[in-house]
Amino acid sequence: MTEALELLTSASLWAAVLRIATPLIFGVLGALLCERAGVLNLGIEGIMTMGAMVGWLAVFLGADLWTGLLIAAMAGALMGLLHATLTVPLGLSQHVSGLGITLFASALSYYLYRLIVEVGQTPPTIEPFRPLDLGPLTDIPFFGPVLFGQAAPTYLALLAVAILAYVLARTPLGLAIRMTGENPHAVEAQGLNPIRIRIFAVMAGSALMALGGAFLTTAAFNSFFPEMVQGRGWICIALVVFASWRPGKALLGALLFAFFDAYQLRLQTVVDGVPYQLFLMAPYLLSILALVLVARRAEVPEALMAPYRRGER
Amino acid sequence: MRLERRASVPLALAATAPFAAILAALALAAGLILAAGVNPLTAYVEMLKGALGSRLAITEMLTRAVPLMLTGLAAAVAFRARLWNIGGEGQFYLGALAVAWVGHEMLSGLPGPVGMAVLMVVGMAAGALLLAGPAFLRLRFGVDEVVTTLLLNFVVILFVGLMIEGPLRDPLAFGWPQSVPVDGDFRLPDLVPRTRLHVGLLIALAVAGVVWLILARTVFGTEARAAGFNARAAAFAGVSLPKTIMGVALLSGGLAGLAGAIEVMGVTGTVTTTMSPGFGYAGIVVAMLAALHPAGVVAAAIFVATVFVGADAMSRATGVPSFIADVIVALALLTMLVALLFTSYRIRR
Repeated sequence: MTEALELLTSASLWAAVLRIATPLIFGVLGALLCERAGVLNLGIEGIMTMGAMVGWLAVFLGADLWTGLLIAAMAGALMGLLHATLTVPLGLSQHVSGLGITLFASALSYYLYRLIVEVGQTPPTIEPFRPLDLGPLTDIPFFGPVLFGQAAPTYLALLAVAILAYVLARTPLGLAIRMTGENPHAVEAQGLNPIRIRIFAVMAGSALMALGGAFLTTAAFNSFFPEMVQGRGWICIALVVFASWRPGKALLGALLFAFFDAYQLRLQTVVDGVPYQLFLMAPYLLSILALVLVARRAEVPEALMAPYRRGER
Repeated sequence: MRLERRASVPLALAATAPFAAILAALALAAGLILAAGVNPLTAYVEMLKGALGSRLAITEMLTRAVPLMLTGLAAAVAFRARLWNIGGEGQFYLGALAVAWVGHEMLSGLPGPVGMAVLMVVGMAAGALLLAGPAFLRLRFGVDEVVTTLLLNFVVILFVGLMIEGPLRDPLAFGWPQSVPVDGDFRLPDLVPRTRLHVGLLIALAVAGVVWLILARTVFGTEARAAGFNARAAAFAGVSLPKTIMGVALLSGGLAGLAGAIEVMGVTGTVTTTMSPGFGYAGIVVAMLAALHPAGVVAAAIFVATVFVGADAMSRATGVPSFIADVIVALALLTMLVALLFTSYRIRR
C-alpha cells in the first residue's frame, strides 16, 4: 500500500502524465473544435492513425521531425475535408460518415505503410523527438523533469489549448464558430456562410487530431504499427463531453485521464495477483463513468449533428 | 444548384444504389492498386478467382459471410431505430466467450441439437446484456451510446484476454492463450463435407428471415422504425420509447452475440483475442450497403466476404497488400452514403 502511495511522489510518474496526455490534448481539442461548429467527427480514431503513419513515414523518408508533424496535420486536414464535404454541404449522417472516415483512414494508412515500407521481423524506427534539456531548469528537482523535460510537441499541445481557448472566446472567428454550432441560421443572417465555417472548423480540428496521432510515432514511440492508437480517439470524444466543450476543461480532462493511465501502468508493478488486463480496462471504464457523471448537465452545442440547409428549418 | 427531397424513392433507383456504390469504391481503390504497380483489372480478376473460383473458395467465402450476416443484422436493427450500436465487436467476443464457458463440459449429456440451441441462446444473452448497459445509460442518464459501445469493445477484448489466460485457459494449448474448447457434441455440423462451411449459414439465413418478419410484420418492428424516424412523433402516438429502445438493444446485441456463438461452434472451437478480423465493425458497412434491410444484409455480407477472402488470394498472387480489402470496404461505406443521398434527393438547378 505504501508503495502505491510512494509512486505518487515520483517525478517520473508526473512526467509520464504530461507525455501520455499530449496526444489526448491534441485529439480532444480537434474534436472540440469540430463539435463547437456543429459537426461530430467520429473520424478521429482513423485520423489519428493516419497522422501517426504519415508523420512517421515523412521522417522515415528523410523529412525532419517538424516537417513530419506538418505533413501529418495536412493529411488530417484532407481527411477532415472529406468528412466535411459529406456531412456539411451534403448533410449526410455524421455518425455513419465519421465511422466511414475512421475505417477508411485506418485502412489507407495500413495499406500505404505496407506498400512503401519493407517490414521485417521488427518495424523500422526513426530518431524521435527527445526530451528537452534546458540545463539548470531541467535540473530542478522534481519540477525540472516534469515541466521542462518534455518533448517539444508537448509544449505545442499546451500552447494550442491557450490559442484555441482565446480564439473561441475572444475573437470574431471564434464567435462565428460557436454561433455556427448553436444557431447556423443566425450566422447566415449576419452575412456569414455557416457551410464554409463548418468546413474550416472540421479541417482545422482534423489537423489537430492528426498531430495527436503523429506525437505517438515521433515522440512517444519511434515506429508505426497497426492498432497503435488503441481507442485514444474515442476517449477524446468522451473527454469533449466531460469538458463541456471548453478547451481549459478539456486540458484538465486529458491530464486527469493521463494521470490514471500513468498510475495504473506503475501500479501493475507493485500490486501482485491482479491480472494486468484489469488495470488496462480502467481508463476505458473511467471514461464511461465520467460521461455518466456529466451527461445530464452537459451544455451540448444546440445545432450539433443538425445538418444546415439554406432556407430549411 | 440545390437538393430537393423526392416525394417517393423509385424502387429501381434504390436497388441500383448499392451496385453504383460498390463500382465507385472499386474504381477509387483501383488507383491504389495502380500505385502498387499492378493492373487493377488483373487484381480484381484474381480477387474474384480467390473468392468464387473453386468449390473450396466459395465455401471459404460463405464461411466468412456467416458472422458478417449476423453482425450486419445487428447493426441494421439498431440503426433503424437510431440506436448507434458500434459495439458489435465487443458483443461478438462476449457471445463467443460465454459459449466457450458454458459449452465446455457444463452441458455434457445433453443431446447435440439441444446443447447447440442452449449455447446459441447463451451467446445471444451475453451480447444482449452487453448492449443493455449502454442502452440503459442512454435512457437513464442521457449518455451517448456511440462512445460507450465503442469503449466497451476495448474493455471486452481485455476481459476475453483475462479469462483465456485465467479461469478459462485451455491447459492443453501449451501456453498459447486460447479458451477451453466447446465440447465436440455441440460443434455445428459441416454443411459441405471436407470444408469449413457449417450449418451456421442456414441458421444465419433463417435469422435474417425472422428479423425481416419482426421488423416488417410486428408492432415492435413498426415502433422501432417509428422511434428512428421521428422519436417525438412516435412518443406522441403512444410508443413507449424506453421500452422500444431497450427491446431494439436486446435484439441487436443478441444478434451480434449470436455471431460470436456461431463462429465458435462452427469454425474455431475455442476463443482467442484475434478470432474476429473486425466482424463487428464490418457489420456496420454490411448494414449500410443493405440500406438497413435484412434481405440486403445477406447480399451485402456476401459481397464483403468476397472482398476479404478474395483479397487474401489476390495479395498472394500479385503482392498488393491485403489491406486493400479494408480500403475497398470502407470506401464502399462512404460511396453508399452518397448513393443513398441520390435516392432520396434530386439535384435541381
